Amino acid sequence: MMTDTGRQEYARLTEKRVLFIIGLILLLIALAGVAVTLGSADLSVADSYLAIFAGLFPGSVDLPDRMIESNAVGIIWGWRLHRVLFAIVGGFGLAVAGTVMQGVLRNPLASPFTLGIASAASTGATIAIVLGAGILSGSFLVIGNAFLFAMLAAAAIYGMARLRGMGSETMILAGIALMYLFSAITSLLQYLGTAAKVQEVVFWMFGSLDKSSWPKLGIVTIFIVTITPILLWRAWDLNALAEGDEVAKSLGVSVERSMAGFMLAASLMTAVIICFTGTIGFIGLVAPHITRMAIGTDHRTLILASGLVGAALLLGADCLARVLIPGAIIPVGIMTAFLGIPFFLYLFMRRRDA
Amino acid sequence: MSLLSAHEVSFAYRDRRVLEDVSFTLDAGEVLGLVGPNGSGKTTLIRCLDQILDPEGEIRLGGRSMRSMNRTEIARMIAYVPQNSSTTSSSTVFEAVLMGRRPHLRWSVSEEDKQKVSEVLSLLGIDEFASRRVDRLSGGERQRVLIARAVAQDAQVILLDEPTSALDMRNRIEVMSLLTRLAEKRRLAVVAAIHDLNLAARYCHRLLILKDGRVLGEGTPSSLLTSGMVRAAYDVEAVVKDEMGVPYVVPISPSDDGVEVI
Repeated sequence: MMTDTGRQEYARLTEKRVLFIIGLILLLIALAGVAVTLGSADLSVADSYLAIFAGLFPGSVDLPDRMIESNAVGIIWGWRLHRVLFAIVGGFGLAVAGTVMQGVLRNPLASPFTLGIASAASTGATIAIVLGAGILSGSFLVIGNAFLFAMLAAAAIYGMARLRGMGSETMILAGIALMYLFSAITSLLQYLGTAAKVQEVVFWMFGSLDKSSWPKLGIVTIFIVTITPILLWRAWDLNALAEGDEVAKSLGVSVERSMAGFMLAASLMTAVIICFTGTIGFIGLVAPHITRMAIGTDHRTLILASGLVGAALLLGADCLARVLIPGAIIPVGIMTAFLGIPFFLYLFMRRRDA
Repeated sequence: MSLLSAHEVSFAYRDRRVLEDVSFTLDAGEVLGLVGPNGSGKTTLIRCLDQILDPEGEIRLGGRSMRSMNRTEIARMIAYVPQNSSTTSSSTVFEAVLMGRRPHLRWSVSEEDKQKVSEVLSLLGIDEFASRRVDRLSGGERQRVLIARAVAQDAQVILLDEPTSALDMRNRIEVMSLLTRLAEKRRLAVVAAIHDLNLAARYCHRLLILKDGRVLGEGTPSSLLTSGMVRAAYDVEAVVKDEMGVPYVVPISPSDDGVEVI
């Protein structure tokens, strides 16, 4: 019967989505397995894993002398493992934030960066670095400022979303305006700053996982693990919003409230990640597109799958960044930009074709 | 008791009054055509009826005031097909129609929901491209998908904003006769804003003529469509013929002679 074709196709699509997610999880595990073995310390693959188990179950593994002498457990647990996990959690969060923003604004170019959130974080960090002023002190001076400014930009977007009649295109234009405003402030501060401070700002803006640590990983994980299930729970609202505000409303969605909530959640996720890493671009832009092309637009699976693609991309980019030039680590923000810009251009070309 | 009733509905965009004291009733099984010149308030009225806009006056649905209903309750009773059928959605036809089930489902999609979608696809004759992407369909096909989504919503009232404006002659006829059949067989109340008077006259049970946000006339096509009414609504001189009991409007020239055409 003809009517069954649609259902069968839908069942096949659902199956494909589940398989895609399982495949991504396996890929991520494999990638993480490779990533922990990479580094300047001369540890073999087997020794790296032995060190992980030794750290997980202290006293249960007899470590060979060479590993004790080289402090293998300390290197793996103190340096590599949290960096790998941070790449996974951070990539996941940035991709989910991008997916949500693109869904809500119905624009494939929406991301935490095109909406000015990253630029705002950079401005916050620059104020801390150049002027030494901020809400927190010590090692949290830069982080605190970056977070505060990212949330300021998010609050501006939230405010716009709450305004009646604020369409998605207006929000994107407002976001781009915010991006330029914060970039201009950052440039001005750099112009006024000393060479050493400017260098520090530039390094921060590269985006890097070098400063990851277990406490930072913990903070980011708490946010991601709390916000993602809420987004998944509201996935049908995102699906409806993708059809347009009026249609979403007619399908029972409280459009203004939902848009504002989604934007706030996505901004919060972005802010909490980039305040620790600096500007890591294009994950939030590219991951949702790759995923949408692979498994379609149902946000019930798209959010999770896109997050996993983002995690794999950031971890992969970080691995490349660590091995491309022996003895040096390229900031991962540069690597993701190298991967992202050709894709960005490709998107523009596709849009022109359409 | 009528299924849908509007009582003195008025709406203003800031200080610009777009609707003024519009009242009408609609029963199950009826197709009401909203006609009138551009800017007469047809789209605004459709949006008010679905509470996308919040108008003054009262709209009652199944005897209940819509103000006392939340968005999901409204969505279970009223479906809306927007004017602009261009979509950036890359979802499949099946998924697009499944979206109509949103007011009824929680998170997972039940077999009943899928069955419903299959039935609607079949009913509208679009089951053969259920797995194609919506953004790759022709205008006529896409319009059917949007109507299918509205039908899948299981609402008693379907509001359509110019469902035929982007369609060719054949698709116009097919979509309008589909709407009439849906209304009659499924006992739905259908409100459609339509530009083509002759199409409206042929397929709608009743017409509501709007001009400058006010109701100029309401009734069956044959009672309402006269050359005087066309002049009053559109400022156009027209001859209204009778084609097997259905009025047929032939426009002749603009009424105002003040405009000189070289």
